[in-house]
Amino acid sequence: MIEGISIYEILTLSSILFFIGVYGFFTRENLITVLMSIELILNASAVNFVVINTYLYPDFLQGSVFSIFIIAMAAAETALAIAIIINLYKLVASVEVKDTQKLKY
Amino acid sequence: METILFYILAALIVIFAIATVSTRKILRAVIYLLFVLIAISGIYFLVDYSFLGAIQLTVYGGGVIVLIIFSVLLVHHIELELEVTPLKKKLIAGLISAVGLGITLWAIFTFPFTNATTYKSIEVDDIGRKLLSYGEGGYILPFEVISVLLLAVMVGAIVIAKGKKLNE
Repeated sequence: MIEGISIYEILTLSSILFFIGVYGFFTRENLITVLMSIELILNASAVNFVVINTYLYPDFLQGSVFSIFIIAMAAAETALAIAIIINLYKLVASVEVKDTQKLKY
Repeated sequence: METILFYILAALIVIFAIATVSTRKILRAVIYLLFVLIAISGIYFLVDYSFLGAIQLTVYGGGVIVLIIFSVLLVHHIELELEVTPLKKKLIAGLISAVGLGITLWAIFTFPFTNATTYKSIEVDDIGRKLLSYGEGGYILPFEVISVLLLAVMVGAIVIAKGKKLNE
């Protein structure tokens, strides 16, 4: 719990972060920047888990444990996505969204 | 003091997140993302959850960002500028995000949260006991699932990144 900060301020901050990520997800046309927008969205949700746990239910640890799982999932997802991006670059020599029409071959 | 620190961190997060999704130089976007992640770990330190703050710094600041930087260097020319998104697409995306943000904030501010009266910081040994306990409220099953997932991702990333050559 932060002195002088209620839960509303932190939830506002994480909502703003989440929707900045959504905006980036819609507007970016490069696969790596889309991936970075997804990182922003995942971080906003992890902040929400931690804050709701510490402010509302400090006796339980669900939010804290699941924020660790979120970070592990995000790291795994990034590694796999970058493997796919590099493979795609070998195949079509581009990482723009509009050039990635074929996944099956 | 903590209030001022929180507002500084919040301003840093919002400014650099906007810079991340709007700059046209891709390597700068990655560095702005690094600033956002470090500021978020500052929030974790402020709510007395130092373990997750350290995890955030090592996994994101040390792992994910380096991975993204390497992939940027592998697939782009270093001075390449991203294409400009059409204004119509930007407007539509901004409108959707603003409407979603408005609905979310309305839902948050109309919900009466009842703050807990007691407060304690989250200790690492509690987390470790929770993760490894198989009794009631234990998390041994998701823990094992996550470890299997990490193994599968390691194997999958190697197999996919090896791939086929262009001329085969």
